[in-house]
Amino acid sequence: MEHVSLPPLSRVAICGGTHGNEMSGVYMVKEMQKQKVHRTESVSITTVLSNPRAVDACRRYMETDLNRCFTDALLSAPITDSTPYELRRAQELNAQLGPKGSPEAVDLLCDIHNTTANMGMCLIFYSLDWITLHIYNYIQSKMTSAPVRAIQMDIPISEAYSLESVGKRGISIEVGPQPNGVTRADIFNMAKEAVDLTLEWLQKLNSGSTFEGGEVEAYTLVKSVDYPRDPTTNDITAAIHPQLQDNDFKLLKPGDPIFLSFSGETVKHEGEELYPLFVNECAYYEKKIAFHLAKKVTLAFPSISVKKED
Amino acid sequence: MSSCNNSACLNEARRVAIFGGTHGNEMSGVTLVNLWVKNSAEIQRKGVETKPFITNPKAVEKCTRYVDTDLNRAFTPENLSAPGGDNLPYEVQRAQEINRIFGPKESPDAYDVIFDLHNTTSNMGCTLILESSNDHFNLQMMHYIKKAIAPASCLVLLNEHPLLKYSTSRSVAKHPVGLEVGPQPQGVLRSNIFEAMRVILKHALDFIELFNEGMEFPPCTVEAFRVLERIDYPRDANGNIIAMVHPNLQDCDWEPLNPGDPMFQTFDGKTIHYHGSGTVYPTFINEAAYYEKQQAFVTTRREALVASAIRKV
Repeated sequence: MEHVSLPPLSRVAICGGTHGNEMSGVYMVKEMQKQKVHRTESVSITTVLSNPRAVDACRRYMETDLNRCFTDALLSAPITDSTPYELRRAQELNAQLGPKGSPEAVDLLCDIHNTTANMGMCLIFYSLDWITLHIYNYIQSKMTSAPVRAIQMDIPISEAYSLESVGKRGISIEVGPQPNGVTRADIFNMAKEAVDLTLEWLQKLNSGSTFEGGEVEAYTLVKSVDYPRDPTTNDITAAIHPQLQDNDFKLLKPGDPIFLSFSGETVKHEGEELYPLFVNECAYYEKKIAFHLAKKVTLAFPSISVKKED
Repeated sequence: MSSCNNSACLNEARRVAIFGGTHGNEMSGVTLVNLWVKNSAEIQRKGVETKPFITNPKAVEKCTRYVDTDLNRAFTPENLSAPGGDNLPYEVQRAQEINRIFGPKESPDAYDVIFDLHNTTSNMGCTLILESSNDHFNLQMMHYIKKAIAPASCLVLLNEHPLLKYSTSRSVAKHPVGLEVGPQPQGVLRSNIFEAMRVILKHALDFIELFNEGMEFPPCTVEAFRVLERIDYPRDANGNIIAMVHPNLQDCDWEPLNPGDPMFQTFDGKTIHYHGSGTVYPTFINEAAYYEKQQAFVTTRREALVASAIRKV
């Protein structure tokens, strides 16, 4: 692949509390604001507590999930008296850090999340972008405290619904397992390391380093699987099987157990071999998702450096 | 309790309740009780009426710990006799209703045994919570359960502390038993946690059946952990938390914490050490619901509780 030159990346946003009970991001942003972290040498840093009301209440959201409010359509919807809090907040965040799709948007938006699933350190990003792949590659090469994986959302940016799509480039840093409302030091330290490495990489890029191209593996979502339910009451009738529980990213083959019903029956996986993720994520019960299934892809990326000013 | 030939003679336990959803987001109890309300075959025992009951249905529906106030702190004498009906906080109304159905608390009409099912985000494994070291019936039951599930472990936590003890839903019964199983995030149902709780209840009900049939249980010793004090998170002048449970302490419920051991880690990476006067055994380490109750963990000490022999009257 041909080498790519680009202008320096000078504006970064670090966001936490997009879900008010995912505590790593909440405390990281609060700590950065307390320490008055505004910039590194070449990068200006904006720290934002995305959903302050939900943070105060220690809830995922007040009226609607903020991290589903950033589609082009929702960002341009007129605000009325009955507009939910999070839709208004999404438009505020878009004005502050975007507007999405415009030259004024921040160069990179990092949004920090936690999951109750055993996913370790995951970087989630939208369509192919050399910057995000390089950041993933850099973090993966430097971080030893947990496996680092990438999840690519195969959705056009206009339909991209999460906060990080507001930046010119965005990464969602997803760390687990951690219960809602709990701050685990090991998980916090991992999230902090990922943010520090991201800023370090940007600093090196802006200072003129060339980063070699290569290939990385990522996961792309294929489909999601709901819990078995009672046809009349819609109540869940089984739990994630103990052999699937905590085994995110372990290849699921046809015949492998996926659910154990309350009456003791095992439900097995049917269909192609795929990788499960977000296994038993608390917030997904209401979205009717027991786990996602993904396939592995290999993504190639070119070497990059900043354009030298003449 | 009367004494006959060195055994404590107790009445049969005829009326038993199993409470789920006292905290609406602790899913094992919610799921088990809903199952048993639909089909109670699994919890039936000869000579015992066992009633499964969702104590906080509004909280369960919202999958939240509580709506107005913590139901598991609401059974105080003031609350139970408070006038005001519909104007009272939801959980106080519920407490009065539960006291009517399963109590009145401290009266001869109260239910014999109430099992209250809970989950915790702490790595406590299976824990039975005891409210009185003089409850020989409960001590014998807990001894029976521990033996029945061995080599799997089930520990006993005794909370008799005059200031830290609280007015639980189960306290309405003559013999209140708390079942706390973790770690499990709020709002999540883990199969292994669910099945562990189910097995403990099975043995508990077996014990009651055997007792009611006339089996005598000889004196025994039950190892327990007695609650000593509550340790809060370090906070700044505005009351904001400034540190997290240290990685060396996280998940180490029931393991010794010695003076000088790491206890908290500040957000900027410094370690805060434990400076108590002796070794303690911490538990409820990093329970989600306790941040608002100013509790990072509780300290306990190990104690051997002696249970008299018991048999039915």
